Amino acid sequence: MTKAIRRQDRLTAYAFIAPQLAGTVAFVLVPLVLVFWYSLHEWNVLANTFTFTGADNYRQLADDPNVPKVLLATLFFSAGLVVVNLSLALLLAVLLNQKLRGTTVFRVLFFSPVVVSLVAWTIVWRFMLQDNGGINSFLDAAGIDGPNWLRSGGTAMAAVIVVQVLKNVGLNMVLFLAALQGVPQELYEAARTDGASPWTVFRRITLPLISTTILLTSIITVVGSLQVFAQIAVLTEGGPGTSTTVLVYYLYQQAFQFHAFGYGATLSVLLFLIVLALTAVQWQLRKRWVFHES
Amino acid sequence: MRAKTFGYGILLVLCVPFVFPTWWMVTSSLKPNADIFGRDLWAHHASFAAWHDVFTMQPFARQYFNSAYIAVVVTLGTLVVASMAGYAFARIRFRGQNALFLVVLTGLLIPSEVTIVPLFRIFNSLGLIDTHWPLILVPIFGAPSVLATFIMRQFFITLPVELEEAARMDGLSRAAIFRRIALPLARPALGAVAIFTFLTSWNLYLEPIVYLSSKSMFTLPQALTQFTDPYQGQLWNVQLSAASMTAIPVLIVFVIAQRQFIEGLAHTGLKG
Repeated sequence: MTKAIRRQDRLTAYAFIAPQLAGTVAFVLVPLVLVFWYSLHEWNVLANTFTFTGADNYRQLADDPNVPKVLLATLFFSAGLVVVNLSLALLLAVLLNQKLRGTTVFRVLFFSPVVVSLVAWTIVWRFMLQDNGGINSFLDAAGIDGPNWLRSGGTAMAAVIVVQVLKNVGLNMVLFLAALQGVPQELYEAARTDGASPWTVFRRITLPLISTTILLTSIITVVGSLQVFAQIAVLTEGGPGTSTTVLVYYLYQQAFQFHAFGYGATLSVLLFLIVLALTAVQWQLRKRWVFHES
Repeated sequence: MRAKTFGYGILLVLCVPFVFPTWWMVTSSLKPNADIFGRDLWAHHASFAAWHDVFTMQPFARQYFNSAYIAVVVTLGTLVVASMAGYAFARIRFRGQNALFLVVLTGLLIPSEVTIVPLFRIFNSLGLIDTHWPLILVPIFGAPSVLATFIMRQFFITLPVELEEAARMDGLSRAAIFRRIALPLARPALGAVAIFTFLTSWNLYLEPIVYLSSKSMFTLPQALTQFTDPYQGQLWNVQLSAASMTAIPVLIVFVIAQRQFIEGLAHTGLKG
């Protein structure tokens, strides 16, 4: 290649990446720096005053009796979501991996909630989970007195998790199905000739061979769970009490309902640090677990 | 034989919570409000009254248009921005390539919820609150399109170089090679990016409720939760009618192009 062509190539490259680069700086990096800056300030939108308050917001964070509850709710939600999502995804993938006719139809059906508008899906479930809603009326027919799912402390969190899992489990199911189909058939045949039971085959052959997919999907699911907002806003509004108030929802309440923008920025810093810690863990795990990502 | 029946049995039972809500949404939306809390799997006195109410209670056609045009603009914009950036990072050597790629990748690392407070203040000072600009600009140029750029880069890396070298011999410029050779070959990747970008925009909820305040500016997800009577009671059949109208068109497209949807969405890492 001549020098002139190389130079022209370089200019084209800069022109091609310019919009994405400028956007990342303007809408990601600058706001990220500003989050830290705002967390040291109080901003009153109505009076339009922006005053430096030092570590006040951080002191408020340390003293806020809701913060431990919110973090605990976030932990419950994320842990519950990952466990239920991955187990169900794996179960569905194993079932769809059997040599049955018509599994494509079932794959489409299990996947369909992924493309149903998120708020539409959540509204139907809110309707069905009412005290006199669809689920309780079916339970009633079976002689069971169902609880007021979204209003009792014991069931609200479980309900939010299940609604979210059913919405998106299809994604992980497809990833697991691809991983299962990548397991060499000879291994299964060899194990069967050795007289291994199906459960032993699953535990000793299938699980180890798809472990990287399990790790990858659990990371995606945990990080995704920290961003769940609409489902909680529509189903429970964080209630009853603060039992389903996860960090993102609390951040929204403080910043945009109570107009405590400085404190909202402080909560954003907290969310950022949690995501950063998770990413660091993810990198460590990937290094240790030689990945075969394509 | 018995194992087969057992397999189908389990699959059918497991299907219920995935399929039933959509069925219940549509049938309940056709029931009069008096019958709505019942066990009827079918709307026996079907009426489209609630579907009509959707349009009289809110400027729903307008809100539908808002969601649709925002999603289309965001999808087209993302395709342009991400395919260009992805191509340059994959195919052209230039100074600072790795460092600049790392800068862009920070968009994958930082969830948009972290930056919503400063972004609100920025758009507020620009006078763009209660306009659609934040819902269009941030996804096209900011964090959401970084995932698209990453996917496009991964795709362009796998394209054989020989094709481009031949074009080079014919004297085509880099930009022409991108437009005439690389881009047409990238159709599967562009399709996957288009599907997830459209759905992400269509589903956006936090950003609209933060930025928009007048009903004629609302997007669908935000509008769906607003069908209440004057005492803040839920008008279930109206809500479910609006929800059906939001969900059904996408479901129909999904059924037609299910393979592209499933492959595209699962392998591009829609979150959750």
